[in-house]
Amino acid sequence: MKRPVTPRPSLGLRARLLFAFALLCVVTAAAVAGAIYVEARNAILERAQDAAVQAMRSRLQALYPLPNPAPDAGELGEIARTVAEGNNDAVAVYHERRSPAGPRQPCLPFGGPCRQGLDPGMIPKGLRREVADGNIAWQRVVWQDGPHLIIGTPLLIVEGDRPTRASGIEVYMMHSLAPEQRSIDRLAIFAWLIGGAALAFAVVLALLAARGVLRPAHELGRAARLLGQGELRTRIAVRGSDELADVAHTFNATAAELERHVKQLREMEADARRFVADVSHELRTPLAALAAVADVLEEEAAELPEAAGRAARLVSQETLNLTALVNDLIEISRFDSGVAALALNEVDVAELVRATLRTRGWSEQVHTELPAAVTARLDPRRVDVILANLVGNALRHGEPPVSVRLSADPHWIALEVRDHGPGLDGAVLPHVFDRFYKASTARARSEGSGLGLAIARENARLHRGDLSVTNAPDGGAIFALRLPRRAHDPDGGPE
Amino acid sequence: MKLGGVSRVLLIEDDPAVREGLELALTRHGYRVRAVESGEQGLDRLRADLPDVVVLDLMLPGMDGFEVCRRIRAAREVPIIMLTARGDDIDVVAGLEAGADDYVVKPVRPRVLEARIRAVLRRVGRDQAELERHGDLTIDRAGLVVASRGVPVGLTPTELRLLLELSGTPGRVHSRQQLLESVWEHGYFGDSRLVDACVQRLRAKIEDDSAAPVYVQTVRGFGYRFGPV
Repeated sequence: MKRPVTPRPSLGLRARLLFAFALLCVVTAAAVAGAIYVEARNAILERAQDAAVQAMRSRLQALYPLPNPAPDAGELGEIARTVAEGNNDAVAVYHERRSPAGPRQPCLPFGGPCRQGLDPGMIPKGLRREVADGNIAWQRVVWQDGPHLIIGTPLLIVEGDRPTRASGIEVYMMHSLAPEQRSIDRLAIFAWLIGGAALAFAVVLALLAARGVLRPAHELGRAARLLGQGELRTRIAVRGSDELADVAHTFNATAAELERHVKQLREMEADARRFVADVSHELRTPLAALAAVADVLEEEAAELPEAAGRAARLVSQETLNLTALVNDLIEISRFDSGVAALALNEVDVAELVRATLRTRGWSEQVHTELPAAVTARLDPRRVDVILANLVGNALRHGEPPVSVRLSADPHWIALEVRDHGPGLDGAVLPHVFDRFYKASTARARSEGSGLGLAIARENARLHRGDLSVTNAPDGGAIFALRLPRRAHDPDGGPE
Repeated sequence: MKLGGVSRVLLIEDDPAVREGLELALTRHGYRVRAVESGEQGLDRLRADLPDVVVLDLMLPGMDGFEVCRRIRAAREVPIIMLTARGDDIDVVAGLEAGADDYVVKPVRPRVLEARIRAVLRRVGRDQAELERHGDLTIDRAGLVVASRGVPVGLTPTELRLLLELSGTPGRVHSRQQLLESVWEHGYFGDSRLVDACVQRLRAKIEDDSAAPVYVQTVRGFGYRFGPV
């Protein structure tokens, strides 16, 4: 049986757990790593700056006293060289004059950018202003191949007691922050790595936690489905003693109780059916004797005195009715006990329908639409039982014309028996195939045992087909029989 | 076998009421009925009365119906109609294998039983045809004698009718429904197992190897045909 596919809530739960864990991890890692990164970066840069400024200062000390308050380019160059040391570049500026550009740094052998020397044009204006005001100032710039620190300082003239004054000479030094940047980069990479590892760890943790919750939930769901499908022996393993274990306990107890009830009901039903079957079989022997003489009574009835003749006819007729009822009861108890079997035969379906109508003398009354050459492998006797029932009902309870229509596709044949009466009451439709169901109480005792349609449907289902009923839009009931063209045959059957 | 046109029926049925009822009804239809209550008595009467047909209840105390059926079959080619309980399919199959020609389901109306008796007693029409030869099999339609390699084969009336029906049109396929109507006089909805069981018995008697039949061949999904030899 197909059921609408419901979205599985477990997926949602897993996603939510994962998301929560990941978010928690990311926020924590970002906060911790971010704070440490910023703090460490500032500390590294400050230390580098302090060291560079300190070094520059101490080297400047060596310039004093200034040989010339208005130095020419050569002297400015001298100043710049003194300040510049190692990899640092320096430039000394005196008003419009500047120290000559230092020798170009050799270009890298692999064609990297050649580094130019420090040029006054590159120095940010704010820095120059600050230095011009007589302060030591520095600023980080990104230039060419990385971050650099440019430190500017004015050379001051101190003469005796007179206030210090600017000499107008400014010295700028550019100090590469590449090593510091590398440290900071390493720090950042390290922070990312740890963050990533923590995230992966969080995901694994989340998955484990989700599994811990979801597996029991899955099992419970699977078990509940099985239970719903009739697997009443389904139980689930109880692990631990948490809330989920409680649920499992409750489920198991419920399933056990359900199983017990269903077993009880089945036993009662089986008892009832067995009783019916036993009674039917017990009735058979006396009925066999009665049936043997029913014909004699009927034939003799005409010779008997009036009252005795009527009595004889009544006994004869009712014996036949009783025989039919008992036969139907035995037939249906055979369906119930599962011993009914198909005797399959390859038959021409149109011929079968004609035989059914002909055998019962209905050929004239029933309109047929029977395409030729529709063959099917089925049990002719059982299909005859179905058809005889449907057509008999239509003739008795419906209005003419009664029609039988055959249609077929490669896998199925369909037979439609239709009358043109008022159709069946809506309340009656679902119960038409119930045993002993009588459409109207007025017709409480009609022809037939009241089992005819139930047997017809059982016969259809034995073929793995179906029998259904609807009302035609323009009046009349339509009984539709659908049978597979190759009925399933567990024993192989006759060839 | 028939005295003054009256057919003799041997009825073997243990239930006294059913026995009496059927005896009454069949007697009224003009049969001379010998009713006995056990298989042992039935076998005794078989030898003494030489009945034309046996009506045999399968559910008997003492020797059961199947055994009685086999013993009757071993002794004579008399037609046997069995009485079975409704829906006991296994009984039907076992009874047909034991050699019964036809069966009716209890409770049975005498006119149904009578029609079946009439069908199995129906004489095969003799004609003046030449002796037919099909391989090692000779069929004498005038004398109603079938011989295999010159040795006469004992066939029951039903088996003989089936063989004559099939061999009358060699090579033509007969469906089970057609055979039920022509040989058993059942309607379209007769039990096709009657045909299958009778074919098996016929093969056992006339074929060299009934697992690889030459005369009565199966046409899967359709029915049976005679030959080609």
